[in-house]
Amino acid sequence: MAEVKFDEACRIYPGTDEPAVDRLNLDIGDGELLVLVGPSGSGKSTALRMLAGLEWIDRGSVYINGKDVTLSPPQDRDIAMVFQNYALYPSMTVAQNMGFALKQQGIPKAERMKQVREAARILDLEPFLDRKPKNLSGGQRQRVAMGRAIVRSPQVFLMDEPLSNLDAKLRVQTRTELADLQARLGVTTVYVTHDQVEALTMGHRVAVLNFGVLQQVDTPAILYSRPKNRFVAGFIGSPAMNLIDVDVSGDRGLKLGDLDVPLSPEVAAALETSGPGKYTVGVRPEHLQIGTEGTPGEVSVVEELGSESFVHVAITHQREPLNIEVRAEGETTIQRGDNVHVAFRGPAHLFAPDGERVGD
Amino acid sequence: MSESTDVADFGSNRFVRALLSASTYLLGFIFFFPVLWMVLNGFKTEDQANGTPVFFFQPTLDQFRLVTESIPGRSSFGEVIINSFVIVLVSTMIAMILAVPAAFALSIRPVTKWRDVLFFFISTKFLPVVAGILPVYIIAREFELLNTRWSLIIMYTALNLPLAVWMLRSFFQEVPSELIEAARIDGASLRSQLTSIVLPIVAPGLAATGLLCFIFAWNEFFLSLQLNTSDAQTASVWVTGFESQREDFIAKLSAASTLVVLPVVVAGWVAQKRMIRGLAMGAIK
Repeated sequence: MAEVKFDEACRIYPGTDEPAVDRLNLDIGDGELLVLVGPSGSGKSTALRMLAGLEWIDRGSVYINGKDVTLSPPQDRDIAMVFQNYALYPSMTVAQNMGFALKQQGIPKAERMKQVREAARILDLEPFLDRKPKNLSGGQRQRVAMGRAIVRSPQVFLMDEPLSNLDAKLRVQTRTELADLQARLGVTTVYVTHDQVEALTMGHRVAVLNFGVLQQVDTPAILYSRPKNRFVAGFIGSPAMNLIDVDVSGDRGLKLGDLDVPLSPEVAAALETSGPGKYTVGVRPEHLQIGTEGTPGEVSVVEELGSESFVHVAITHQREPLNIEVRAEGETTIQRGDNVHVAFRGPAHLFAPDGERVGD
Repeated sequence: MSESTDVADFGSNRFVRALLSASTYLLGFIFFFPVLWMVLNGFKTEDQANGTPVFFFQPTLDQFRLVTESIPGRSSFGEVIINSFVIVLVSTMIAMILAVPAAFALSIRPVTKWRDVLFFFISTKFLPVVAGILPVYIIAREFELLNTRWSLIIMYTALNLPLAVWMLRSFFQEVPSELIEAARIDGASLRSQLTSIVLPIVAPGLAATGLLCFIFAWNEFFLSLQLNTSDAQTASVWVTGFESQREDFIAKLSAASTLVVLPVVVAGWVAQKRMIRGLAMGAIK
């Protein structure tokens, strides 16, 4: 059980100028499941590996439970890591894999087996203890990798895309099990994924990274409802938020097509004081609706998901064609080629020319 | 018709396939024939071996009896086989013991300038052995190593070390880096990473490398002839002792060669499965 702290931590790979992780500041609470999410190359895995001690920290510090571990080798950090491809030792049985760390600590065999059996029981791995990893399915291998981590009762779990090698159905199931296991064990966990759905469903808090820079760290609900900048707005949420460029000049109000864009009072007030330029209006598909009023457009695609549908509508915005995505009922009669009207159902987000959120 | 169907048609034509198999067998036989002829000659009398070549004859073990007889003034078969085994096994073992950590330091935890180090290892092979024989001989003489097993143990270790390091390194590189990282996080020391994780994975590669070192050392002739002519003579030099200016020797030479080749064949046969897997795993690929 421990807190984790990144303090201005930087990683610059030799031969590159741009830091892979740039002055990362992050406080992770005891027992918290924090998800690092971002597109590939965002530095999320590098940040995790810095915490693991597998990656050199060029500037700044990393603390585990208040202790500065910046220069400590991985074995001195009391952490356990689950790798994307599981990294199970191929020459060892499941039991030996899970007991390897304990063996390195010099724990006697009987005690080791007891702990391995306990972990195997939690993960339903008891029938497989004598098997080699190559004789296990993908899901079983994933559980062995988890077992290897929990058997040690470390201070921190590190997970590097542990579900990305599973098929879609198993991934969703394992996601829930993993979150449940983490809650039961109460071990501080840092979890890396590129999948924002995984991030939102699992994380107590989610840290969004892009180009090595922390964009925002917040609860999933706040990330979704109050993205701090244009990148977070576009990255979080599936389907993605509609991001529409609008020119703001003089005292003209914001328009999407020929619709007035509704803004919350504080956003409107903040817009008053900021200058003209190319702003971005962000509106999630569920905050738009198709009806008899609004800006006209033609339906180009209808995606029916059963419980809901997403309708792509081509409208005219600032004299250019623009595709926007609108959520509709599950059983919809809207078809490709229909002429419809799109209207707002709620206030829109607004991002300044530098990408930052307007209004708090 | 697309190219791939052409190839499929080519392969599925029974006549073509039969022809391909036949040529494969023929080619294999051409390569194997000298060995077969050597073995056959060993079972002939000198007259039969030196006369018109025949395939069918009354086999005799006389030549094997003759070459394994101990003759005063000449090393016996037993002595040279023991010499060869001791020299080859000890040199192979030393080479492997030195090569494993070297390969580890050149692949899994690469030292700085590992490229230069690797080049240095192979550069020792640029010079023909014969070019270095004079200083080697003088040094061996000064250290009183001539006609001892140690001179060849040292030389064979040195000859095989670059090969062993290069081969093992390419096997080590196939070990996924995550495994090493997982072991480090699990608290494994450097030694434990090597013995518990890396070596079991590269076992086929170790077998292949060890076997190649064994074969090269076993068959080495030149240095053995220069440094160890009398005491501590090795099998490869012993074989040539049956060449003679005064009498026919083909049958005796064949019998002696057959005996000397046997250990390598057995070793190769035993290690075959592992070796093929090992070779396919990286080094030669």
